[in-house]
Amino acid sequence: MVTKITKGCVIYNSPTSLGNKTGGWRTMKPVVDEEKCKKCNICWQFCPDSSIEPADRKANKAIKINYDYCKGCGICAAECPFKAITMVMEEK
Amino acid sequence: MSRKIVKGAEAMAIAGKLAKPDVVPAFPITPSTTFPEKMSEYVACGELPNTEFVPVESEHSAMSAAIAASATGARTCTATSSQGLALMHEMLFIAAGMRLPIVLFDANRALSAPLNIWGDQQDSISERDAGWIHFYGENAQEGLDLMLMAFRVAEDKRVLLPTMVGIDGFVLTHTSEPVDVPEQKAVDDFLPQYKAEHCYLDPERPTTVGAFAPPEYYMETRYQLDEAVHSSGPVIDEVFADFEKRFGRKYSKIEYYGDRDAEVVFVAIGSLCGTLKDWIDEHRAKGQKVGLVRIIVYRPFPFKELKAALANAKIVAVVDRSISLGYGGPVFSELAAAFVNDAKRPLFKSFIIGLGGRDIKLNDFENIYNAASADLKAGKVNEKMHWVNINKEML
Repeated sequence: MVTKITKGCVIYNSPTSLGNKTGGWRTMKPVVDEEKCKKCNICWQFCPDSSIEPADRKANKAIKINYDYCKGCGICAAECPFKAITMVMEEK
Repeated sequence: MSRKIVKGAEAMAIAGKLAKPDVVPAFPITPSTTFPEKMSEYVACGELPNTEFVPVESEHSAMSAAIAASATGARTCTATSSQGLALMHEMLFIAAGMRLPIVLFDANRALSAPLNIWGDQQDSISERDAGWIHFYGENAQEGLDLMLMAFRVAEDKRVLLPTMVGIDGFVLTHTSEPVDVPEQKAVDDFLPQYKAEHCYLDPERPTTVGAFAPPEYYMETRYQLDEAVHSSGPVIDEVFADFEKRFGRKYSKIEYYGDRDAEVVFVAIGSLCGTLKDWIDEHRAKGQKVGLVRIIVYRPFPFKELKAALANAKIVAVVDRSISLGYGGPVFSELAAAFVNDAKRPLFKSFIIGLGGRDIKLNDFENIYNAASADLKAGKVNEKMHWVNINKEML
């Protein structure tokens, strides 16, 4: 289907950005060590792309990276006080 | 209606007040400063109870705030001049691309360097490619009227384009003139509240504005915007006609003054046309024919009207109060290009006048007329561009 250009390019069926899987831009990939993760959610606060699903202490669930949108900037790994996130080369 | 003696820039502020904008973000710059001064005064004195005046830290921020405000569906206007308009440059394109009906008063002024605060039209003419509608007034009354009409045109559902209104710095902005100020009720009827449909902020209807367009979309967005600017023409005519019906003052995209069958016809923009009309009156009193086409709407470029008005002209003296350095007069080049494929077309001669507030005198027009007439007699234009009243001893 052809996308019609609206006046001023306003997009009414938001959020269309979800369809843009920016994870493909990644060269380095964050990998979480669930044993080391203390579920503090500092990484979740710092992630500029909202690509971290927060940890849940009650359910004993560690944070999870959403690789569909994570661009691999490494801020989470740099901020993690427990070194629970390591950046590794993306291999496809 | 009441009659007031005000300076041109205040007349623009009066129009801004009558339009009852929701948001006025502005940064002061000579010679437009009276506009934000008066608007902030109206807000502070409670005369505009529903207007928010935003004193921003730069003109770039003024236009950015105007874009944001307009994108929420608010009626928005601002004012600037010269370097201020240049600082807005990138945001002007964004305002047009997002189809936001922002109204801007530009006090036409020269650009630095060297620093010069006086009148010429370089600032807004340099922004002709941004996708804005351009109106130019000849006096304070026209400035006020065009400013009111700018809101109506910009916000029309068939248009939705930002619109700037230029009046020449100092010669108009700082000269006191009698101005007819329309009644608020009459303006309210002419200019109903802006109700945005294409772009407004509403959490119940999330939208993306200012989106990203990769190569497979971008050209269509430009095509659509170009079509929008071109097709605003009939709406402008309609608004001018409605304004005349309500307020009695007639406007058109171009004004023809003088003899319709004149062989030598001037083309110019802005306040210099007032002086030129005086010269034409004197000249016609001597029994010689001469005409003037004054451009009021510069974007969309009034091709049809200009071609009709210049149908009988043998030579057109285009008097530009700005210059595209390394080429020549902007109005000259556009006007000449508009005729380039016509078998029958007049000669065109380019004149540069009044840059940086250089006085424009009756005698200057005498010299222009004589130069154009000599070329007409010779059957060819022998000089590409003529700088009027320039002191070559200083060079």
